[in-house]
Amino acid sequence: MSNAAAPPLLRFEAVSVVSASGTSLLTNIDGDVAAGAITVVAGPSGAGKSTLLRLGDRLDVPTSGRVLFEGTDIALLDPRKLRRAVGMVFQRPVLFAGSVDDNLRVADPTAPHERLCAVLDLVGLDRLLLDRTGDDLSGGEAQRVCIARTLLTEPKVLLMDEPTSSLDPANRRAIEALARQFADRGLGVMWVSHDHEQVARLADHLIVLREGRRVSAIDADAYLSDEGEPESGS
Amino acid sequence: MNSTHIGWAGLAGSFTLIVIAIALTIWQKLRLSRSIAWAATRAAVQLLAVGWALRLVLDPDASVIWAWAWVVVMVVFAGATLRQRAPEVPGIWWLGTLSMATVILVSLSVIFGFGVFPVEGRTIVPLAGMMIGNSMTSCVLVGRRIVAEFSEKRDEIEARLALGQPWPEAARPYTRAALRTALVPQIETTKAVGLVVLPGAMTGLVLAGVDAFDAVTIQLAIMYLVLGSVATSVTVIGLGLTRQLFTPDHRLRRLDRPTMTGR
Repeated sequence: MSNAAAPPLLRFEAVSVVSASGTSLLTNIDGDVAAGAITVVAGPSGAGKSTLLRLGDRLDVPTSGRVLFEGTDIALLDPRKLRRAVGMVFQRPVLFAGSVDDNLRVADPTAPHERLCAVLDLVGLDRLLLDRTGDDLSGGEAQRVCIARTLLTEPKVLLMDEPTSSLDPANRRAIEALARQFADRGLGVMWVSHDHEQVARLADHLIVLREGRRVSAIDADAYLSDEGEPESGS
Repeated sequence: MNSTHIGWAGLAGSFTLIVIAIALTIWQKLRLSRSIAWAATRAAVQLLAVGWALRLVLDPDASVIWAWAWVVVMVVFAGATLRQRAPEVPGIWWLGTLSMATVILVSLSVIFGFGVFPVEGRTIVPLAGMMIGNSMTSCVLVGRRIVAEFSEKRDEIEARLALGQPWPEAARPYTRAALRTALVPQIETTKAVGLVVLPGAMTGLVLAGVDAFDAVTIQLAIMYLVLGSVATSVTVIGLGLTRQLFTPDHRLRRLDRPTMTGR
């Protein structure tokens, strides 16, 4: 049994985000991302799922509340170190100019060739892809390269922002399997999705958002059992 | 030196070309005749006013301080004009003023330090004006290009930040691309000089009766000065603007989408 006192890898404490135009994007959200599990953030479009995820990597900052990484307020941490410990995979695969090798080296410029091969193995890609450019890759391959690139920073948490939304069902399942594999290896995975079936397949823990608010646990269950849209909770 | 004095009659004669331009636009129904007349009149009023003021500043008996004061006014006006031309570029006013001041400082230090021209009102004001004038277009270009590049490539820049890159490293490829875009036209212009176009200063000197070789050497010095000035101003604006687009904790600020309208 794990140490009950150990803080979660990532904790959101009463975080709210108000946009520059005064729109409330997130209101008073609490939530944890535990090691060795997949925490799914679900909800309809515009519910604030991606905004919450971006707070975890400090690509955005909360208007109020705080985000803790291993018990420390991330506002007190060096953002560059935090971002290497909390990796981010974006909705659309973002590949930089150059080869797959060049792309991987953005994450670790001094990585030996063998390490690049190992990380490609980990995401199920052929080592021969190293010399190919991003234009030569399929959507699924490109997203796997992005995941491999993120893994090179040896993160403890993986933030995945609807990483399969632009992929076909086979690739979707393959990426989901990778997420499960990473959680089994002890990483904390935070996965954003608006796909009910995917939520049901992946969620060890669930945060359901609606109009920037977290809905109650009962409503989250209702969401999982596909009994319609959850009501706003308090 | 009578050849340099065209007088009011000469000026009126050259105005015939404006009449021709207006006639052509009326003939082709371009609806630009009023614009041309307004532009020609405005240019005349502005330049005559400047000429009158320059006479006072450039008077050999006048203190050189007046020339430097003129340059300060030009630098401030350049910043204000840049803001007018590229309002979508955040901080363009102070960045533009800073870059123009840097250009003046660096370029005039070189020019006067090496004794290329003597430190006199008649050299300070035209040289500063030429450097600022030529740098303005490139500054607008680099400012707009950086805002556009950073808006279009936001995903890539944030992906780099998310991999732990500090903002200068994450921004570098995109800032470089913008700097290149802004500098290439000036480099091309410099390359084409003599083959395609005879530049203004040289033409003016030749018209004023100066020996062609002397005119060429002066023109060359000015071309180098302009190229150096453009490179300096573009770099100051490019790096300053890039810095401004990031927060101290390495986040990319939200940017307004650039408009594709002209100046």
